[in-house]
Amino acid sequence: MSKKQHDTPMLDQLESGPWPSFVTGLKRLAKDSEYMTDLMGQLEHSYKTRKGYWKGGTVGVFGYGGGVIPRFSEVAEMFPASKEFHTLRIQPPAGMHYNTDVLRKMCDIWEKHGSGLIAFHGQSGDIMFQGASTANVQGAFDELNELGFDLGGAGPAVRTSMSCVGAARCEQSCYDEARAHRQVLNTFLDDMHRPALPYKFKFKFSGCPNDCMNSIQRADMAVIGTWRDNIRTDEALARKWFDKHGMTELVNDVVSRCPTKAIMLKESKDVCRGAKISSVAVSDTNSLEIDNGNCVRCMHCINVMTGALGTGVDKGVTILMGGKRTLKIGDLMGTVVVPFLPMKTDEDYEALVEIGQKSIDFFAENALEHERTGEMIERIGLINFLEGIGLEIDPSMVSTPRTNPYVRTDGWDDEVAKINARKAAA
Amino acid sequence: MATMRTPIESGVPDNKQYLHPLMARNYGNWKYHDRPRPGVLHHVAHSGDQIWTVRAGTQRQMDLFTIRKLCDIADTYADGHVRFTIRSNIEYMVSDPTRVEPLIEALTTNGFPVGGTGNSVSAIAHTQGWLHCDIPGTDASGAVKALMDELHEEFIKEEMPNRVHLSTSCCEINCGGQADIAIIVQHTKPPKINHDLVANMCERPTVVARCPVAAIRPAMVNGKPSLEIDESKCMCCGACYPPCPPMQINDPENSKLAIWVGGKNSNARGKPTFMKMVASGLPNNAPRWPEVSAMVKKILTTYKADARSWERMADWIDRIGWPAFFEKCDLPFTKYLIDDWRGSRASLNASTHIRF
Ligand code: HEM
Ligand code: SF4
Ligand code: SF4
Ligand code: SF4
Ligand code: SF4
Repeated sequence: MSKKQHDTPMLDQLESGPWPSFVTGLKRLAKDSEYMTDLMGQLEHSYKTRKGYWKGGTVGVFGYGGGVIPRFSEVAEMFPASKEFHTLRIQPPAGMHYNTDVLRKMCDIWEKHGSGLIAFHGQSGDIMFQGASTANVQGAFDELNELGFDLGGAGPAVRTSMSCVGAARCEQSCYDEARAHRQVLNTFLDDMHRPALPYKFKFKFSGCPNDCMNSIQRADMAVIGTWRDNIRTDEALARKWFDKHGMTELVNDVVSRCPTKAIMLKESKDVCRGAKISSVAVSDTNSLEIDNGNCVRCMHCINVMTGALGTGVDKGVTILMGGKRTLKIGDLMGTVVVPFLPMKTDEDYEALVEIGQKSIDFFAENALEHERTGEMIERIGLINFLEGIGLEIDPSMVSTPRTNPYVRTDGWDDEVAKINARKAAA
Repeated sequence: MATMRTPIESGVPDNKQYLHPLMARNYGNWKYHDRPRPGVLHHVAHSGDQIWTVRAGTQRQMDLFTIRKLCDIADTYADGHVRFTIRSNIEYMVSDPTRVEPLIEALTTNGFPVGGTGNSVSAIAHTQGWLHCDIPGTDASGAVKALMDELHEEFIKEEMPNRVHLSTSCCEINCGGQADIAIIVQHTKPPKINHDLVANMCERPTVVARCPVAAIRPAMVNGKPSLEIDESKCMCCGACYPPCPPMQINDPENSKLAIWVGGKNSNARGKPTFMKMVASGLPNNAPRWPEVSAMVKKILTTYKADARSWERMADWIDRIGWPAFFEKCDLPFTKYLIDDWRGSRASLNASTHIRF
């Protein structure tokens, strides 16, 4: 096209160097598009003046209340072609798997209706189709929607979710993350597409305590795979590991890094037997002995000796609630609310959905405006939250019991009776 | 007028249709993996099937040409299947080991560095910045590009004591997330209020409620209802800006960058940790932010030289203690690094555990 390119001396500097450059991409798009030419002009202007020039507004697609992030330029008189630059947040398939056929179709749609700039993926997991005019948003969405994709969340809504590669390719996976992701999220599409919650609500799914999706710090409901039985062992792989790494690494990197000292190195003849003991020979004389009753499923030894040590077979998830980033009271880590939920049967997956449902219902009724789940829990206390969603208390929910005495305990005897009755019935 | 088409509320697509067939066949049945070289993972299933994954860095915000190029590579070498990681790396899976080297070659010659596995510095999780957000103090894609140029060698090699995750965020709200090292823009002056606009644009009770430290009060200014800030209380978070754009927080001179370290989400060894602020006041020096790169590299080289194998940044600092961290990284410990927000006493040293 004939439009003259803006001078972009500062952005140009981001074209050198070994890392792939988004500026080179922007320039390629700008060559045939006034829209991207002016976008580059505005971005250079931001670099020069060290200020951003976008403001929000209201743009959406028919039938939905959220999912499009509207952006209008405050410097449109200088860069008129890109005065509207909206983003469509599109939910990815679980585990972010694609084939080239679908990626190419996405490209064609975005070439026709949008700027040609796509981010794989945003920090909440959306594919972000960045840069469409108001008039083009509906057309782009319609075609993406026909292709099998749907808008994600924005505003006070259930947000787009993420799940790790998990069962598809990771030996540490303790449940079907993709199934859980899909089943849970698809239950709450109304709460995603028609924002009416007090604030955002995020689910994230990690297959094991390595938590590759960073759910513990960023999800209102973090679903993290774990197991209840013993660490599995494989002697051939254990010996192979030991041959390669030797005694010093075994002691310093495996045995002594176990946080609960659950692993001991023993002479094979001295290894204990027992229902909670796993052991594996690493050489003709030495074995590792693991006291599984004292293992906190931290993953360290399994990560180091992959295959030689593995997660158990009685698998399920730990659920933590209330993780979030900064606003408003500071970062909060998720808190255990369900130490273990088995994830084997259809009913188990339904039970997971139900915990999500009760949490969202409780959140909707009890959170203040612009308050995240973690902040609500801090304000009302964990017990009120647990009682609100019908979960039983468990000592695994705390790091320590209370240290301050400001508490009324007039219900103590009733609680003791209840807990004893529960134990007797179990 | 666009047609009123009712959306198909399909939600999360089924990923089975996109999975590499060998991965679909061994779903939930993987036994172990190793890393034949940096950037390559080799997974073995209980069935005996094996798959090689080649991981490469991308610029995250990609143009169509880049995505189509990545697709061409996938069609030629990887049966048309790819996936993306949480840090915007792309992964190609192949069932034939002889394709690994040609695939690496194709990616590298097209400018996509192969790496990001194991004990490397992986690609930087980042936010929107000047390209798209309405409150950014800086750019994110640019800062990341500049820093990854510097860290390229650490991406393609696996020479760190343990994996290193970085993130950048263009304001203190910090969409970027927790990381071993995070770079976050910090405003250092209270918002400047354009009183003429407040009455029209802002829902004042909402703005007052949004302030974490209750520094905002309703006030009459020049006979019009407006807001005022108790500047001694304000800690310059910028939370009042989204509901009230006349409370301008961005400031080309006084938006600075801060560095945070020691965040970790994994439960491995220790419990997950939040990252802690260790430096502030770095200039917002687009387009290459050299002061930020220098400080991040200094921290990384110190960690690389001093940490033991398998120690993440947080584990390392835990072992050597904070005084040694500041000493070794040559960072001044100022009074601003002692927390005074709610719960702050938990971060103070209530013991005689002191290293001399
Ligand atoms: C005002 C304009 C804002 C813009 C343009 C913006 C933009 C974004 C974008 C594009 C993402 C990634 C989205 C995705 O992947 O789907 C994101 C994630 C995030 N945003 Fe914002 N954001 C804004 C305000 C906020 C505010 C006010 C907060 C907190 C109170 C916030 C907290 C977060 C967090 C924590 C994430 C990461 C989420 C995760 O890891 O799941 N953002 N933001
Ligand atoms: S969270 Fe666990 S199961 Fe999921 S990809 Fe990471 S290591 Fe594998
Ligand atoms: S997984 Fe268990 S045994 Fe292994 S290091 Fe962690 S706590 Fe120790
Ligand atoms: S970190 Fe702040 S400025 Fe950057 S995208 Fe998030 S809200 Fe916007
Ligand atoms: S910048 Fe933050 S602390 Fe300061 S007045 Fe605004 S909301 Fe309050």
